[in-house]
Amino acid sequence: MQEAISVAPQLAVSPIAEILWLIPSVPIVAAGLSALLKQSRRQTSATLAIGSLSFSLLLSLFAFVHVLSDWMAGIATREIVNFTWIQFGTSNVDLGWVLDPLSAIMLVMVSFVGLLIFIYSIGYMKHDENYTRFFCFMSLFAGAMLGVVIANSLLLLFMCWEIVGLTSYLLIGFWYQRPAAAAAAKKAFLTTRIGDVFFLLGIVWLFAQTGTLLLYNNGAGSIESASLHLLLSQPALLGLTAAGAIGLLIFAGAAGKSGQFPLHVWLPDAMEGPTPVSALIHAATMVAAGVYLIARVYPLMQAGALAGGTTTALTVVTWVGAFTAVFAALIAVAQNDIKRILAYSTVSQLGYMMAGLGMGGVAVGIFHLITHAFFKALLFLGAGSVIHGCHEEQNVRRMGGLKSDMPLTFLTYAIGMLALCGFPLLFSGFWSKDGILEAARHWSVAKAPFYMLVFGALLTAFYMTRQVAYVFFGHWRGGKLAHESPAVMTAPLAVLAFFAMALGFIGTPAWPWFRAFLDGRAAGFAWRGFMESGLLTLMGTSTVMVLAGIILAWQLYGDRSPKPTAPDALEKIAPVAWGWLSSKFYVDEFYGVTVIAFYSWWARVTDWLDSRVWGGVVAGVAWAFGMGARLNRFLDTNVVDGGFDKGCEELTVGGGLLSRVQTGRVQTYLRILALAVVALAAILIWSSRT
Amino acid sequence: MTPLTGYLLVAALLFSIGLAGALTRRNAILVLIGIELMLNAANLNLIAFWRYGPHPEALTGMMFAIFSIAVAAAEAAVGLGLVIQIHRHAKTTDLDQMNRMKG
Amino acid sequence: MSIVFYLLAAITVAGGLAAMLLKNTVHCALALTVAFAGLALLFLNLDAQFAGFAQILIYIGAVAILVVFAILLTRASETPKDGVFSKTWLAGLAVAAAVFAVLGWAVMQSVRVLPHETAVPEVTVQQIGVALVGRYVLPLEIVAVLLTAALIGAVIVAMHEKVGHEKEEGK
Repeated sequence: MQEAISVAPQLAVSPIAEILWLIPSVPIVAAGLSALLKQSRRQTSATLAIGSLSFSLLLSLFAFVHVLSDWMAGIATREIVNFTWIQFGTSNVDLGWVLDPLSAIMLVMVSFVGLLIFIYSIGYMKHDENYTRFFCFMSLFAGAMLGVVIANSLLLLFMCWEIVGLTSYLLIGFWYQRPAAAAAAKKAFLTTRIGDVFFLLGIVWLFAQTGTLLLYNNGAGSIESASLHLLLSQPALLGLTAAGAIGLLIFAGAAGKSGQFPLHVWLPDAMEGPTPVSALIHAATMVAAGVYLIARVYPLMQAGALAGGTTTALTVVTWVGAFTAVFAALIAVAQNDIKRILAYSTVSQLGYMMAGLGMGGVAVGIFHLITHAFFKALLFLGAGSVIHGCHEEQNVRRMGGLKSDMPLTFLTYAIGMLALCGFPLLFSGFWSKDGILEAARHWSVAKAPFYMLVFGALLTAFYMTRQVAYVFFGHWRGGKLAHESPAVMTAPLAVLAFFAMALGFIGTPAWPWFRAFLDGRAAGFAWRGFMESGLLTLMGTSTVMVLAGIILAWQLYGDRSPKPTAPDALEKIAPVAWGWLSSKFYVDEFYGVTVIAFYSWWARVTDWLDSRVWGGVVAGVAWAFGMGARLNRFLDTNVVDGGFDKGCEELTVGGGLLSRVQTGRVQTYLRILALAVVALAAILIWSSRT
Repeated sequence: MTPLTGYLLVAALLFSIGLAGALTRRNAILVLIGIELMLNAANLNLIAFWRYGPHPEALTGMMFAIFSIAVAAAEAAVGLGLVIQIHRHAKTTDLDQMNRMKG
Repeated sequence: MSIVFYLLAAITVAGGLAAMLLKNTVHCALALTVAFAGLALLFLNLDAQFAGFAQILIYIGAVAILVVFAILLTRASETPKDGVFSKTWLAGLAVAAAVFAVLGWAVMQSVRVLPHETAVPEVTVQQIGVALVGRYVLPLEIVAVLLTAALIGAVIVAMHEKVGHEKEEGK
């Protein structure tokens, strides 16, 4: 372990970087104030939440503009502010924040999408009695997420990571009186906890090896070249270096938070929470935190890669991501709850992001993250609008024909759906997903992920079309008639829809601004970008896949509205496959039989140990004490008291006997006297004999 | 057997008879009579020792006996007065029945 | 040991025995008188004339009469129905026998110490009188006080009962 390092003096840091810490702090303070409010002060809590997040958005925009202007001037920004938090002996624990293109973009995305969702929640949660509590938790979440984004220290990142997990638990279980919600919250917390344990192990190992938890520290940070050299020289097990092993551990934490297989089981259940929660946390931001983490420690993940090659850590990330993408998409095909379809879709898209990070680098993965945040939030908020309009109905089989009843929702939802599918050219999803497919095509290790991801695109189009057909086309199959949502809910939808379309243009091959911005290079507009070998073919392939998926789904589901109880069209064709898909490949049941069964058995064993063995020991000791007490009492009553009483009785009897001498008759006394005289005389005479 | 021995034996016998009567008779008066006999036996002892002792001219034995007689008379008077008192109170002189001082 | 001694001893012992054994209490008193007389004669035999006459005067003349008075006043002259001897008379007899045994043994044991024959003392009444107010004046005075006390005591004992009786009868 290195010697304790002191925090080196920083280079000139811009004023916005100095006050960057306000961005997460203000919403957290707002959450604290909100916690003190009574439940009746709804206006105040909403104002606090929205006001604080608006302030954070403003500062984030300032930061972004600053970084942008630096970029345009050709400077690669990375401004760091570190400070010592705890000092013990000669070593320090340092915290700090960083302002670079990655964090700037993430700040803007999180605060902007968050703000839109907050505004939406005013309308969605209007009838809920725990309004104040909702906004308190949402503010806390927003603050913690912003903290994750700007953290320069793995410790600070982990702390904010945990707060994010906590607020996720609180918000999933917002309607805690419902047992399903409480169980889902617990499941989410426990599953992500498993990932977090590995994450913590990784952090500790990194600290042990490099002596610091700061990421960047003027060359002394834990992912800067000096530390990476050190880590690469340390072997771990199975042919990995320390760098690779730590990278894998950190990925385990990210896999938990971002719902990669096999830790994905909590995300669909997390739909028990209110829809704004699903939109903000489980679509746009928290689940993206895992992807962001990998992007943040990318130098570590990439350490030791030869030019053009890759590392073990990144390979693992890619395979897990690709598998998850296909796995979740398959399950989404057979779900009937509007939010669950979107949840599995999120899991699938997160797989895409991870695969993109693994194969193409930070820019590829993060671009998809940004675009996904917008259109997934849009889809979730749209779903919320649908649910609200259908009077809290969530089963797609009981909806239908809503394109005429809820036109604005339909329009924005359609835009979101096309963006998710990756409909060519106009929609951001196309460009970001193609970026990933491009990287997959060029991957040196294997071609399989590419084919998996392409198949995934087909599935994505298929299940989204199925959902839209069930919800918006055909005829209404529900109870009361549906109505459009109020403007406070539809306005954010419109804004998000705009961005779902517009954002694509910052990452096209002709103008790769996004990648250039993140890498700190200049970017110019050039049609030549499309002329790269095989790029047009790729774009054509993905277009074909999307159209194929849409047409296939339309054939099966379009404009028809089967009764809610009738079997699904796909089910009629392939019932066995349908069974597997709709049961989510029995993963939950598998866990129930293995992990949870083992855990219950273990709990029973320890309980038995506790009650029988330790409890037995305690009971034994207590019994021994009881016996001792009883012996004591026995001794006391019988021996001591009894002896004493017996003694006194004997004394009384003896006294009684003795008192018989006192007959009260004179002649008796005389006789005794005479006898005594006789005796004395005899003795006297006998002793004086000579 | 010297004369002294004879007198002493007679005195011892008389003493024992008096004691026997005092210890066995029921009537209180007879107990007093027994006591008088015992006192008289002691007197006889004294006079016998005065007569056959070393210094009869000192009159010690005689004086002792005379004083003894005087005291015995006083004692008999008081004792019999008490017996009469007891008889008035308990209506009896039976000693076997007088055990109210028993323990 | 002369025959007179044996005769007088026999009279005295017989009188004593009779005094203790007779059923009628008055007969016992009279037997006691005989015993006193025998003792007086024994005193005379021992050349203690003054003691002998004092014995007759005081014992026979006063004590015996006193006993008879007491017997008559307490109606002890009637023979009681339960018997005259105590229920545990054997124990008393045994004790008396033990006493006699010890005394006799003491007497027989110590005979060798004393001389056999001594001269007859010449005792006159004048000598006794002189001794009484000379050497033995203190015992004399004490006996006088004793007699006075006994006199007063006897009177008070007898008188109290009368006053108490009258008081009770007056209520």
